[in-house]
Amino acid sequence: MHADVLARAGVREADRGLTFYRLIRCLEGILQRELLRFLKQRGRFFAALVRPLVWLFIFAAGFRSILGVSIQEPYDTYVLYEVYITPGLCGMILLFSGMQSSLSMVYDREMGSMRVLLVSPLPRSYLLVAKLFAGVVVATIQAYLFLAIAWFWEVRPPLLGYLAVLPALMLSGFMLGALGLLLSSLIRQLENFAGVMNFVIFPMFFASSALYPLWRVKEASYLLYQICLLNPFTHAVELIRFAMYLKLEEQALLVTLGWTVLFLAGALYGYNPQRGFLAATGKGE
Amino acid sequence: MTPALAIEGVSFAYVRDRRALDGISLTVPRGSFTALLGPNGAGKTTLMALTTRLFHAREGRIIVCGLDLARHACAALARMGVVFQRPTLDEDLSVRQNLRYAAALHGLDRARTRERMQAVLARLGIEALEPRVVRTLSGGERRRVELARALMHEPELLVLDEPTVGLDIDSRRAIVEHVHDLCRRDGVAVLWTTHLIDEIEPGDRVVVLHRGRVRAQGTLEEILSCTQTSSLAQAYAKLTAD
Repeated sequence: MHADVLARAGVREADRGLTFYRLIRCLEGILQRELLRFLKQRGRFFAALVRPLVWLFIFAAGFRSILGVSIQEPYDTYVLYEVYITPGLCGMILLFSGMQSSLSMVYDREMGSMRVLLVSPLPRSYLLVAKLFAGVVVATIQAYLFLAIAWFWEVRPPLLGYLAVLPALMLSGFMLGALGLLLSSLIRQLENFAGVMNFVIFPMFFASSALYPLWRVKEASYLLYQICLLNPFTHAVELIRFAMYLKLEEQALLVTLGWTVLFLAGALYGYNPQRGFLAATGKGE
Repeated sequence: MTPALAIEGVSFAYVRDRRALDGISLTVPRGSFTALLGPNGAGKTTLMALTTRLFHAREGRIIVCGLDLARHACAALARMGVVFQRPTLDEDLSVRQNLRYAAALHGLDRARTRERMQAVLARLGIEALEPRVVRTLSGGERRRVELARALMHEPELLVLDEPTVGLDIDSRRAIVEHVHDLCRRDGVAVLWTTHLIDEIEPGDRVVVLHRGRVRAQGTLEEILSCTQTSSLAQAYAKLTAD
């Protein structure tokens, strides 16, 4: 920004630049709001926890004897089915949370509160990434609550694994949140949301390594195996699984990172008032 | 002195070959109350969306306090307070939490936030609402809280898009008086869109928008003179007859 232009316009010092403080204050405000909303919406809080716990307590218990998991990376020994699906259920929390954020973006856009964010004096891309980050923090807290409960169900990765999984959860959360953001820029009305979600959440979750190892899928159907490999969620789950056992799956990391960048770029394009879908459809709020 | 808002030759189309706004030019002088008057579908909300950067104007320029919105959006938006047509408060949060959120988005530190919150709530006579959850407020109270939120960062230009929609007569009157008072006492420039001519007071500037074009603009007296009518109702009817 040209100093002389600003000086001529009499711009106050505080308005001149995007100071680090202003960026942090904005992020803090958005994060605080998301956390408050999460705590106040108790139904959302419990639903987020109950969903994976039902899978862990009921589905996994029922399938334990049928779906024993042999020794495979990152595990050093045979593991219970509950242990195997826990990273996938963490992924499920992030997936549902990402889609929940997407739904909330569409709702906010229809109700108007999204406009308050978008007319703030900061670059729109920063505002959207800050909102995405806040959603990821909330989702990560949910994932840790789930892991804490799973510990009592004898799902006990190494203690350091709880720390090592944090960046994996955050990155996976970013990827799925960015996908949600992209979808929210494409969905025109709240009514269309359920339909779109059916085509996103369920195929992503079931056509992945969340519930069964890929070698088993490959044995059953080579085509499905290929689909699983193309599915970004598979790589997010593997990234979480390996991190939880203090290992790094490089391919999963690179693929998750790549999809994050792509989804984020699409979402920012979608919300750009100059070029995006919103300007074209006239619902730029 | 540069005006608080200058819109120069702005056009906008949602679909090709069908312009919602066509060559709009208008100014909002500093410290003035400017009413953007037009029937439903005139293009008022579209113009508001362009002025607040929700949409991007492909043709023309929007200058806020001397700053081109396309080039210096952040600095321009820092000088603008906005009240939207539909309520945009977070209903699950308290008034205090909503105001804090707005202050954070504008980069106000905590001490300044507290100071401004007390000042704007007192200014609008709604200090008692501070701890209340928005969901429990009446329509008129919510509108005043939205106005308080728009004033948190001391804007030089206040943009209000049909802020009295859905309010009863008393609440509507109160909001109109509050905003006129802000203009007179604090020197805030106001752009107020409406389709209700009784919200306009003597001394206000008026811009009549119809079918995406400015049909007339000036003081009330100038509008009456150029339309050769004796009341704003007559002038408005004449300007929007086609």
